[in-house]
Amino acid sequence: MAKVVSLADGIAELVRDGDLVALEGFTHLIPFAAAHEIIRQGRRNLTLARMTPDLIYDQLIGMGCASKLIFSWGGNPGVGSLHRFRDAVQNGWPTALEIEEHSHAGMANRYVAGASGLPFAVLRGYTGTDLAKHTETVRQITCPFTGEQLTAVPALQPDVTIVHAQRADHDGNVQLWGITGVQKEAVLAAKRSLITVEELIDELEPVPNQVILPGWAITAVSLVPGGAHPSYTMGYSTRDNDYYQRWDAISRERETFTGWMRENVL
Amino acid sequence: MTDYSTDEMMTVAAARRLRDGAVCFVGVGLPSTAANLARRTHAPTLVLVYESGCLGAKPDRLPLSIGDGVLAEHADAVISVPEVFNYWLQPGRVDVGFLGAAQLDRYANINTTVIGGSYDSPKVRLPGAGGAPEIAASCREVVVVLRQSPRSFVDRVDFVTSVGFGDGPGYRERLGLRGAGPRTVITDLGVLEPRDTTCELTLTQVHPGVTVDDVRAATGWELSVAPNVTTTEPPTEHELATLRALEATLNGAP
Repeated sequence: MAKVVSLADGIAELVRDGDLVALEGFTHLIPFAAAHEIIRQGRRNLTLARMTPDLIYDQLIGMGCASKLIFSWGGNPGVGSLHRFRDAVQNGWPTALEIEEHSHAGMANRYVAGASGLPFAVLRGYTGTDLAKHTETVRQITCPFTGEQLTAVPALQPDVTIVHAQRADHDGNVQLWGITGVQKEAVLAAKRSLITVEELIDELEPVPNQVILPGWAITAVSLVPGGAHPSYTMGYSTRDNDYYQRWDAISRERETFTGWMRENVL
Repeated sequence: MTDYSTDEMMTVAAARRLRDGAVCFVGVGLPSTAANLARRTHAPTLVLVYESGCLGAKPDRLPLSIGDGVLAEHADAVISVPEVFNYWLQPGRVDVGFLGAAQLDRYANINTTVIGGSYDSPKVRLPGAGGAPEIAASCREVVVVLRQSPRSFVDRVDFVTSVGFGDGPGYRERLGLRGAGPRTVITDLGVLEPRDTTCELTLTQVHPGVTVDDVRAATGWELSVAPNVTTTEPPTEHELATLRALEATLNGAP
């Protein structure tokens, strides 16, 4: 059964310098509070994996936690660029950031392979794109049955995956619903996992289609109400769209960014 | 006649391109606005698929991003992202892929990755691929919507994020891409379509008040022009009113 831990203890125990870390959540259920705890605990040299880095990784990158990013779409959804990500890629500030770039289909399939215990996934993708030329982890493969040329991508197996969810019981069984992105796959692909939840309840009422991650398949659960803010948790909170809009101005310059992080996160 | 902006004409023209009953994979921004306009006007049974896993989304306001909760609340089904790509897009269950672009070239190749310099040291770093490469490869056809300027319409894209017609006829077939590729490009100035024999984007339609020379001036290559360029029907009162009501939902209206 998963342990129920405080967020600070969970991060201290599960996230180590140099780890491959995935914080997933597709617009919905993004584990911001956990990312802020990683920043406060000063982790370094993380390889960060995530389909859509958006603000949560802009903050981790800008605070110097990451040395590499594995991703498929790096922007502030509906607003524009990620300025801290760009500053790190283009100018190496605050540290140089290596990138490994995929498409969404490729990233999703890398997690599927990881969760399936397979070395790679096969898909019809990347053909004819320049991504295939720049990303080592995209290779051509021949179907052994038809001879067709397809694409292989290696399994992505994070040292630790962190996601946010609606609720869990005290044995660490987790229910999540709404837009569930790649969270289930990313958790099952990882060696260790931490799920932050809005509510801890005595007994989960089984509801069909509310994705359950059983307590025996995850490492730890932390009660963190509002842990997805400024993202949202269906049934509990709405997306703080103003925050996403304001982030553009906050993150544009190094000084305003660090000042804001010092005041609001550290 | 009601006044309308060039962006409104572009969005209406893009919406009209989506036929009722089609299954449409919707990208964020302009395509999403146009697809939602189509569903509220001539195409009430248009099926909207968003890469966040919302299948048959029926939002009652414009979504602020592709993962907006309003897309999940009214969807036929909410599925995982691996399912979206593996079960629905890859086998060819989607009729139209509706994409935006930062750069587009004469063979309708799309760049949303880097502009200028090199990949490792670009002048401008853009968000990247997202779902677009496989949408462009696997949908039965692709519709691209973007504003037209010499900066966005370039002779050769700096990076091929998503394949249009590569370097010309036979390219998609040689690669084994299953969809027909970008059949229509809709801009704030007019409509371009690939010529059958050369696959080169050709101006076939201009919006009201736009001349062929205007479009030439906004294109970074020597533009091919169809012999009979038609003029787009201006937006109807109903289309405009619906579009404006829809866009008002982004600013906090219900």
